[in-house]
Amino acid sequence: MLHTINKSPFETNSLETCLRFARAGHSVLLFEDGIYGAFKGTRFESLITDSLKSKNIYVLVPDVEARGMRTDNVIDGIKTVDYAGFVDLTVDNKTVQAWL
Amino acid sequence: MKFGILVNEGPYQHQSSDSAYQFTKAALEKGHEIFRVFFYHDGVNNASRLMVPPQDDRNIVNRWTELGKKYNLDLVVCIAAAQRRGMLDENEAKRQGKDASNIAEGFHISGLGQLIEAGIKSERLVVFGD
Repeated sequence: MLHTINKSPFETNSLETCLRFARAGHSVLLFEDGIYGAFKGTRFESLITDSLKSKNIYVLVPDVEARGMRTDNVIDGIKTVDYAGFVDLTVDNKTVQAWL
Repeated sequence: MKFGILVNEGPYQHQSSDSAYQFTKAALEKGHEIFRVFFYHDGVNNASRLMVPPQDDRNIVNRWTELGKKYNLDLVVCIAAAQRRGMLDENEAKRQGKDASNIAEGFHISGLGQLIEAGIKSERLVVFGD
């Protein structure tokens, strides 16, 4: 299952809620303002690092770059994708849940 | 693979309108099929042919129309959401006694049943909203 998060974790708790409900083996894509959860040095880093032990986390690069952020600062273990990669994620996962 | 796309937010207001377009385009370029794009809630405003953005900005409605033409897309605007927001095609304008219509080429107005059908007939339904 693929979960998509488009809100900054500093704005809503959808990232935290999603990671609490997502099961082992699930994938989570951070895009739009959701990309702010992907960086080192925030208070969400340990939550992400912990979740990476059982889940796959991805971040959409065009949305990182549109916000002037750098993929170098993305937490180790998070995979980077472009829109084509986003499409592949929806193909590889049988269901897609948008955490709006 | 067959995709349904749901767009719940308006143009130039929330990124989800752009994300939906970029995703749809990427899926088509990878050879996937888009069964339908359904515009719901404020998403219906993406279909206004009267939008005139600055020339150096993206033209969201033309972008959809062109993609629709190229890939023969079924771009459906929810009728109930559209009427509330003053989005009418020629038939509806006539029926409601209004003096103008504003739905762009390539889009058509239909009911919520079209969203349900997209959910059933597509292998994936991808939702873009706020």
